[in-house]
Amino acid sequence: MNSVQKWTDPYVEELIGSLLQTGVILASAVVLFGGSIYLVRHGLAAPQYHVFVGEPTDLRTISGIVRDALNLRGRGIIQLGLLLLIATPIARVAFSVAAFAIQRDRLYVAITLIVLAILLYSMMSGQG
Amino acid sequence: MNIIEFTIVVWAASLLAGFLGSLTGLGGGIIITPVLTLALGVDIRYAIGATLVSVIATSSGAAAAYVREGFSNIRIGMFLEIATTSGAVAGALLAAKIPTGAISLIFGLVLLYSAYASSRPRRERADDHRPDPLATRLRMNGSFPTPDGTRSYCVQHVPAGFSMMFGAGILSGLLGIGSGAVKVIAMDQVMGIPFKVSTTTSNFMIGVTAAASAGVYLGRGYIDPGLAMPVMLGVVVGSLLGARVLTHAKTHWLRIVFGLVISIMAMEMIYHGLTGKF
Repeated sequence: MNSVQKWTDPYVEELIGSLLQTGVILASAVVLFGGSIYLVRHGLAAPQYHVFVGEPTDLRTISGIVRDALNLRGRGIIQLGLLLLIATPIARVAFSVAAFAIQRDRLYVAITLIVLAILLYSMMSGQG
Repeated sequence: MNIIEFTIVVWAASLLAGFLGSLTGLGGGIIITPVLTLALGVDIRYAIGATLVSVIATSSGAAAAYVREGFSNIRIGMFLEIATTSGAVAGALLAAKIPTGAISLIFGLVLLYSAYASSRPRRERADDHRPDPLATRLRMNGSFPTPDGTRSYCVQHVPAGFSMMFGAGILSGLLGIGSGAVKVIAMDQVMGIPFKVSTTTSNFMIGVTAAASAGVYLGRGYIDPGLAMPVMLGVVVGSLLGARVLTHAKTHWLRIVFGLVISIMAMEMIYHGLTGKF
């Protein structure tokens, strides 16, 4: 059986399902771990969400989040889990490009690449 | 209330939001935004950040099951995502120039009508099984599992559906919420796609648009880890429960739940339009 025959639509759907499931489970596990640390350290304080102050810079950028998480700071680890969650649907689109390419479905390779380009554009334009 | 109690309340509300969101294809924002802002007094900007997290978690959590079981149609989803993502970019650019209050009000009224229209079973038209040639060219026609075996369907009115999806994208860029409702309505009412395929394909699509916005809002400091943690963990559990229920649920009941949820959403939109608050 060659690769084009093996990559039927149900097979691709199975892979996309697994990709989404893995992303969600991994992200949840990281958030749960970070959340436990956060609650143990700060659980008895009062929540302060009625006034917006915005997150500190280290929780807004990927490099800052990774640094905080490596220092085992609860909020940094949660934020790392959220980054994994945000990356999951983007990874799904990127994987779809590859899957349609293996299926030699040029029309859908083009469609998926357009979606991916718009997504990356809107993410980049927001970072400025 | 201390942070532990706050976390438990938010977790429970998010569980319900994830359940209803995955069942209706709407995401969980309709529940989470008012619970956070009205009941718990959370600033709207933190609530927006938490809502985006809930939409991605609902979408990805339930989509794993829906895609594998053959409900979500990946080709329909991918093709229409061109319209929703480019619409969202346009909406974000327009947001500074258009009064969003008036748009909320109009959208609320449109949703009230849609709640009425979509809670009734779609009438079977004579041309129900004639596919749009464009749908055939785009390989959108598919099949999905029912209790009586696999049922195949044909997609109709692709250009009209695509235009509505662009509108849905603009709305989500302008208002932050509400695009799931237009997606389901466009697929169900305009493109003639079976209801379960419409809601699960909408569920599949909403995560992608929300992920693009989430990157932006993370950079602006709207996503608070202490708040997003119970939201995400609650929504994931709720969405998995919703996905189990949808598989066996009667379409008739799903339509009623969908109609009720978008009625609530319509009220929220009208309230927001009139008062400027969420």
